[in-house]
Amino acid sequence: MSGTYLGMPAFPAAAKEAVGNETLRANLRHATHTIRDKRAKAVAELDDWMLLREAGKRIKDHTLRHLDRYLVQLEESVTAAGGVVHWAADAAEANRIVAELVKATGESEVVKVKSMATQEIGLNEALEAEGISAYETDLAELIVQLGDDRPSHILVPAIHKNRGEIRDIFRDRMGAWGRAAPEGLSDTPGELAEAARLHLREKFLRAKVGVSGANFMVAETGTLVVFESEGNGRMCLTLPETLISVVGIEKVVPSWRDLEVFLQTLPRSSTAERMNPYTTMWTGTHDTDGPSTFHLVLLDNGRTATLADEVGRQALRCIRCSACLNVCPVYERAGGHAYGSVYPGPIGAILSPQLRGTGSEIDASLPYASSLCGACYEVCPVAIDIPEVLVHLRERVADQGGKGHRLEKAAMKAAGWVFDHPRVLAAGEKAASRTRRLHPSRLPGAGAWTNTRDLPKLPPEPFRDWWKKNRAQDRGKGARPAGSGTQGRDAHGPGVGGPNSDDRKDSGT
Amino acid sequence: MRAALFVTCVNDAVYPSTGIATVRLLERLGVEVDFPEAQSCCGQPQFNTGYRRETEPLVRRTARAFAGYDYVVTPSGSCAAMVRQHYPAFGDAAATAVAARTYELTEFLVDVVGVTDVGAYFPHTVTYHPSCHGLRMLGLGERPRRLLEAVRGLELRELPGADECCGFGGTFAVKNSDVSAAMGQDKVRNAVSTGAGVLCGADNSCLMHLGGIVSREDAPLRPVHLAEILASTEEEPWS
Amino acid sequence: MNTGSGSRERILARIRTAVADAPDAPEVVRDYLDTHTPEDRVVELLAENLADYRAIVHRAGTEELPGLIGRLLAERGARTVLVPPLLPPSWLSATPAEITRVEDDVDATARELDAVDSVVTGCALAVAETGTLVLDAAPDQGRRRITLVPDHHICVVRTADQVVGSVPQAMPRLDPTRPLTWISGPSATSDIELDRVEGVHGPRTLEVILLAE
Repeated sequence: MSGTYLGMPAFPAAAKEAVGNETLRANLRHATHTIRDKRAKAVAELDDWMLLREAGKRIKDHTLRHLDRYLVQLEESVTAAGGVVHWAADAAEANRIVAELVKATGESEVVKVKSMATQEIGLNEALEAEGISAYETDLAELIVQLGDDRPSHILVPAIHKNRGEIRDIFRDRMGAWGRAAPEGLSDTPGELAEAARLHLREKFLRAKVGVSGANFMVAETGTLVVFESEGNGRMCLTLPETLISVVGIEKVVPSWRDLEVFLQTLPRSSTAERMNPYTTMWTGTHDTDGPSTFHLVLLDNGRTATLADEVGRQALRCIRCSACLNVCPVYERAGGHAYGSVYPGPIGAILSPQLRGTGSEIDASLPYASSLCGACYEVCPVAIDIPEVLVHLRERVADQGGKGHRLEKAAMKAAGWVFDHPRVLAAGEKAASRTRRLHPSRLPGAGAWTNTRDLPKLPPEPFRDWWKKNRAQDRGKGARPAGSGTQGRDAHGPGVGGPNSDDRKDSGT
Repeated sequence: MRAALFVTCVNDAVYPSTGIATVRLLERLGVEVDFPEAQSCCGQPQFNTGYRRETEPLVRRTARAFAGYDYVVTPSGSCAAMVRQHYPAFGDAAATAVAARTYELTEFLVDVVGVTDVGAYFPHTVTYHPSCHGLRMLGLGERPRRLLEAVRGLELRELPGADECCGFGGTFAVKNSDVSAAMGQDKVRNAVSTGAGVLCGADNSCLMHLGGIVSREDAPLRPVHLAEILASTEEEPWS
Repeated sequence: MNTGSGSRERILARIRTAVADAPDAPEVVRDYLDTHTPEDRVVELLAENLADYRAIVHRAGTEELPGLIGRLLAERGARTVLVPPLLPPSWLSATPAEITRVEDDVDATARELDAVDSVVTGCALAVAETGTLVLDAAPDQGRRRITLVPDHHICVVRTADQVVGSVPQAMPRLDPTRPLTWISGPSATSDIELDRVEGVHGPRTLEVILLAE
């Protein structure tokens, strides 16, 4: 993936900053909660949602299992329809191919449809180095580009900015990139959208080269599909003479009919609409309608490595809807930048460490950037079990050792040994209970817990001691499933004064 | 009917009152309760942190400890989920067998014992936080709420954002302590906003995290495990 | 201009190695619904869903259609209207003479298109459940760009045979070798605070005429 994020601090450090930023917290909270409720409503309209979800999952799994066959078929179909197919093993190769294609047209600027794949490979920066200006035309991408910022959300890269901040960026920066923002621009979304329309119109009208990604590619027909809202996609896909689409190899589906599943699940999961305003489907080139030259660049860049992992490969089912980001309590508080990748949120936490490997500090920390609450899995329209993959990747990170993990492994082993030896455990519990009044609620060194939370006070005795005193002696030492115990009475007698109320007083909760 | 109590390591060491309440509640409903003393930790902390190999002995131990019981009952959705969802993947026949017989407390009450009114009395205002693993991995659904609604004297207050994670998440609470605490603080704020005096949950690890915030912030709330509310009667009230 | 870098073979080889030991994927089961909408509700639902996403919906019989189109163009204040190659001639028969008809010229630049006020087209079909019009660049719709650049689009849907209930019902009726544009309401964005605002680059006003023949 792009070098933009090299040297990112690990997730916890990056998240700490975001947690302390009140404006950011408010922006993210507002936006994610708005879309959360709407998504739930849009999904509830379809009573076969779970069947669509399962079908989508299986279509993707089947495709991935036979990916070689479908890519070759896609190549044949696209070629037969007048397109040219290129294969890029990594980001550098993809960037090189695109730069050469643009140069061959004699142009020095391109208009771009929002595309995760081109973000991932850092195409804009690579083109800039070759003297080619790439103009982002999606509203949120425009905000990020003008603000010299980084995207923080898959669907809405500028989600971390509120309307006031967007107004300031437009007012201050648009002039340097082309048509300046209108005088007296307000922060109403309508006026901001109008400013973007005016600013980009001249770019669309003169554009000779368009660059896009694609949401889906159909192997049997060679059709590419782009879902969008604003019409900037249609502009880039139909007005230029040359169209270059950079698409991850996992975006292929076998048949035309497969689209009927994703046309129902993607819009509802992503913008919470029954259907997004515009979807463009094209197959190669179409005579006088649209670009006369079409190039498809198929991108690997870590996908085949991901495919090789039997648990992790399910991440390749992702259709980039971003529903998992919008429901994620960690994303809501940490913000997208903390994930150090163009793929933030829960899907990013399983995708980035697989596409890039777990060598860097940020990538090794991403599998832990989750409380494993499972909200992401619940909303995923292709049923990616994100918690399962996170745990699996934690295993990989723990196995490779490195910072902190050797010590942690020793601790886990020791704890495992104690728990596997209940006598030792019981003795430890007893000792802890006996000294409980000495336990401070803030421990030095345990700051990660005690900076914000008190530790629970320990009870006078562990449960197993109570059981021994109050139940076990009634039925002989140790319970046996085949034995017939009697209904015991508490040695301490019921009610007030019993161990229950004692415990409660001492446990301090 | 007899059942083995899987008390969980956290309840054993830190919250025995929850274990005691579970025993009393089940006995009151005519269930004969055993406590296999060979039990310890289900291995979830190790497993979820990426130490699968270190988890294996604990899985085997837990499986042996509960072998032969028709019902294994635990007052923790999270530990129940560990056993039910993950044990079968360890390729140990005993572990797979115990997975199929393990019930979270509210599941056991509603589905197996077949009660929603357990004859409890708890004259307090309560708001309920459904912990994630019970909610999403076990699909406990309305069971805890139905049990709480049948408690005499109890006034249930709707918790805003109830299905959002409290931020505990096992080692997440220390590995990502800033985000964890921010999530917990929001949860406590929501609970306080209900005006309830008691924050009820069915997982003491979540309540330990929330209780730590409540205590630090001196919030007007008492975290109480659901089992203790259901065990409370007019004759033997919770205090 | 295939790059010939060997990446094609390398990627395909990596894929084959990656899935060599993978279990066979379960068969795709299409037990989801073919439609969620009873046949007799589709036109009503289409109208509701179009309006819900801020398309302006009109109804007309064959007789009223030319008058309605003429009135909508006049009310809009259009001075020019783009006409696809084979729009039924009667549709514009009642359009005021001062509104100039502009044929779609293959050599016309995007900038010239941008100077046109309105466009009138038919469609390939409409999907009720999603409030969607699908255009397939047939002669009564024209090239994709003519329904994109002008700011005002009037689209006529024949209710007798062009409305389907659902997406699965639409797919077999569409020809993937044609360029397809699915339109659900006017141009919009959710990019500011994840809230939907209508009107960015595509036509900001979409008027749909449900034509009952």
